[in-house]
Amino acid sequence: MSYTKLTRDELAQRIAQDIPEGSYVNLGIGMPTLVGNHLPKDREIFLHSENGILGMGPAPAAGLEDMDLINAGKEPVTLLTGGAYFHHTDSFAMMRGGHLDIAVLGAFQVSVSGDLANWSTGGDAIPAVGGAMDLAVGAKNVWVMMEHLTKSGESKIVSRCTYPLTGIGVVRRIYTDLAVIDVTPRGLVASRPVPGLSFDELQRLTGVPLSPSGARAAA
Amino acid sequence: MGESGQGLGREGRLIAGMIDKIVPSVEAALADVSDGSTILVGGFGGAGVPEELIDALIAQGAKDLTIVNNNAGNAEIGVAALLKAGRVRRIVCSYPRTADSYVFDALYRAGKIELELVPQGTLSERMRAAGAGIGAFYTPTGYGTDLAKGKETRTIEGKGCVLEHPLAGDVALVKAERGDRWGNLVYRKSARNFGPTMASAAKCTIAQVYETVELGALDPECIVTPGIFVTRVVRVPRKEGGNRVPAGGVTRGISGRAAV
Repeated sequence: MSYTKLTRDELAQRIAQDIPEGSYVNLGIGMPTLVGNHLPKDREIFLHSENGILGMGPAPAAGLEDMDLINAGKEPVTLLTGGAYFHHTDSFAMMRGGHLDIAVLGAFQVSVSGDLANWSTGGDAIPAVGGAMDLAVGAKNVWVMMEHLTKSGESKIVSRCTYPLTGIGVVRRIYTDLAVIDVTPRGLVASRPVPGLSFDELQRLTGVPLSPSGARAAA
Repeated sequence: MGESGQGLGREGRLIAGMIDKIVPSVEAALADVSDGSTILVGGFGGAGVPEELIDALIAQGAKDLTIVNNNAGNAEIGVAALLKAGRVRRIVCSYPRTADSYVFDALYRAGKIELELVPQGTLSERMRAAGAGIGAFYTPTGYGTDLAKGKETRTIEGKGCVLEHPLAGDVALVKAERGDRWGNLVYRKSARNFGPTMASAAKCTIAQVYETVELGALDPECIVTPGIFVTRVVRVPRKEGGNRVPAGGVTRGISGRAAV
């Protein structure tokens, strides 16, 4: 059977639908930012930005940009009615202190035990970490949003990360363009494969052991 | 330093019982910055960058500086201009690599600048610790990563933590929206970012503001940085279009004046 990978927007929509009303959420730079475009209009969800914003709203209309009001990716945003500004130390207290319900982060690799590698590809690239390590250790739930495979077809879900680590055992759930994979004490549990993708095919592409959602753990 | 205010152990002109931290120019504000200083520079991306103070620091000529900032400069303005002028020996930051950080990139690749990379929350908390008189602290951020190499670690309540030390400045340069002669400050929107923490963490904190107001004009319930953390205030003119995208005539909010 053939299958089609989710587009980035479809993936963002899937994640947005899974965010409960009332959640405090940080969307990482890059692909996770797209999730903000798909939040259900009938739910109140609080977006946090590391540079001191809670209740962050969408991008302003052209001509109404205010460069004193930007997101972590340095793009102009807006503030929802009821939103708040605060300084960096308070902002990172929210992040590190376990006050955020969900952080959606991009990743280069995630290991079977939830190790996250998303800040450096090593080598001689100039390193830059930003708030990635603080979010990784601090949010109650770290969700990763990434393509399942690298451009050359290797699984980004690995037995052990080969890229520099951002955090150890921090990832709870991985949303890929092929499926949703929960990181559990009993290993990785796969659910919601894209239509036409069998569990066996998903397992073959992933490489590391998966169990299908709903299966009983072997006694 | 304040002549008649000297006896008070603090700065500020003492005229007929009036402490006045407002100095007449950015040049006067920066006159005593010495070579080899550690300078905390506010700003995140383009928001809250004390550009006029940085330009004046370049003109002032202090060299061999350590700069603490979230980024390592963009294009050729602000911190990037300081780097380009060859005044910076070392930079402490969380995110040096951006689309237009080419000045830093070239210096780094040529081995002409030292980089200490610090996770952003740890950077902020280390300055908070300096300002708050904390000896050092354990944080889970970075545990088990390359950025914790060589640092003391400890398991606290089951969580691996890294020992981090305070990061103090000789000078802090911050940008606020409004200030008064006692040094009380309010900021504007996300331009607040590192300002309040840096203000607390330096021996000499210099704030540039767009407006100086009479004592009492800032709502005491809404003052963000109390004047005790501020040494000097200097007013700079708003730029054409300010920090706002000029197209379409953006209306200014009233933030800073009230709890907005």
